[in-house]
Amino acid sequence: MASQDIIARSATTTLPPSVRQQEEVAKLIDTSKCIGCKACQVACSEWNELRDEVGHSLGTYDNPQDLSAETWTLMRFTEHENTVGNLEWLIRKDGCMHCADPGCLKACPSPGAIIQHANGIVDFNQDHCIGCGYCITGCPFNIPRISQKDHKAYKCTLCSDRVAVGLEPACVKTCPTGAIVFGSKADMKEHAAERIVDLKSRGFEQAGLYDPDGVGGTHVMYVLHHADQPQLYAGLPNQPVISPLVGLWKGMSKPLALLAMGAAVLAGFFHYVRIGPQRIEDDEHPAGKDPSVREVDPAVHVFDPSNPGAQGEDRP
Amino acid sequence: MKDKPILRYTANERSNHWAVAILFFMAALSGLALFHPALFWLSHLFGGGPWTRILHPFMGVLMFVLFLGLVIRFWRANILTANDRLWLRRVDRVMRNEEQGVPPVGKYNAGQKLLFWTLLLCMLVLLLSGVVIWRAYFSQYFGIGGIRLATLLHALAAFVLVLSIIVHIYAGIWIKGSVGAMVHGWVSRAWAKKHHGLWYREVTGEDRSDSHIGKKG
Repeated sequence: MASQDIIARSATTTLPPSVRQQEEVAKLIDTSKCIGCKACQVACSEWNELRDEVGHSLGTYDNPQDLSAETWTLMRFTEHENTVGNLEWLIRKDGCMHCADPGCLKACPSPGAIIQHANGIVDFNQDHCIGCGYCITGCPFNIPRISQKDHKAYKCTLCSDRVAVGLEPACVKTCPTGAIVFGSKADMKEHAAERIVDLKSRGFEQAGLYDPDGVGGTHVMYVLHHADQPQLYAGLPNQPVISPLVGLWKGMSKPLALLAMGAAVLAGFFHYVRIGPQRIEDDEHPAGKDPSVREVDPAVHVFDPSNPGAQGEDRP
Repeated sequence: MKDKPILRYTANERSNHWAVAILFFMAALSGLALFHPALFWLSHLFGGGPWTRILHPFMGVLMFVLFLGLVIRFWRANILTANDRLWLRRVDRVMRNEEQGVPPVGKYNAGQKLLFWTLLLCMLVLLLSGVVIWRAYFSQYFGIGGIRLATLLHALAAFVLVLSIIVHIYAGIWIKGSVGAMVHGWVSRAWAKKHHGLWYREVTGEDRSDSHIGKKG
């Protein structure tokens, strides 16, 4: 992608070249249409040339158990008993949400390791990644994973390589039920609104769109049957925000701390210039006098010259 | 014999101090590289970003271990006494190079003692929080809330530590003769008498009838 399309860059305090206007894109995942076939996981793995280890079944359909450096998207299955005692199988395709205000990018200390494209895609550049894991600390959705092979952080790219040439992400392309759609963010919101009307007409009163304001909105959105309880969907955060601890750490404290350190050095310098050093004054300084002349210091009453160092080393 | 210098720090004490100092500089510079984008270039001193990330925690742990050596050597001399309160109340006079009314001090003045305990506290916080955010080995044992808190505390303790060391270094530049104490170990008798009167009496056994207070303006 051309460098002019980058609107935010990690550990960079000036604006990256960003004059070109680009439409914001979004992926919309309709949980009410998802059948849990995992075709999206397979398509992701194929397009991105990722082959995670074959794991073990631990009694759920979640496979693998968690996101990893080689699993960038994962179906999470939840068995939910609703108020009338019926089982609802809530399936959510987990992965990077591509926040408008990305916590990973805010936390990243390496210039250019995380970038945000004008179309909203948040992308990791592993070539600049130093493997510190600050992106994990910053992410409100628990998405990035550090590879044990190369100690770089990985996550869903929203197929930025495909989107750059006008294709939809691989998961969207493969979804057999049309549960995942892709387009401009405005179009996706419109599409979601139609879906929500439909769901409400079918008894899901609380159906709604998940596009959380706390992170400035996201470029991966969900249609949820229970939008009032997103945590039902394998712990999707209710009000995700960048943690205030991360905000403090990577917000005001950074420039203020730097300023304070600089000010401390300057304060020392000007103290030296204005007040000056503490020297031993001549009247206190016995050096320079003729050592052959023995002078009696009236302050000194007891001093044994034959044993001068007796207590010199004796200290705690 | 009046001008015979006094040994303030033994070779072992000096070596211990400078080993900690060198490791402090390495840990601080690599830490600052990761703290603010304007200082990321410091990571080149350590072989680039990934090497900075790899080395920083090891340097920190080693600094802590060596600092414990200083703690064992010097903690007794850094216990605060009633005399230190008066010194602290008159620290403004100290800052102006005035000596009138400033009580004579032992091996360390109250400022040095406070610095000692501040450094110890900072190092403890840095070690404990540093373990929590050490991704390669330990972070998997902690929850995300703990990691976030530890990250913030680590930055805060490092900030206080760096400020303290700036003060420490400046004090060495300001008080002529004190760098020598830590480089070759010796101080002049006049230096000891002027800056650490009680300690001077203690190590020389000299009974000074005239108090340092009010000796000169």
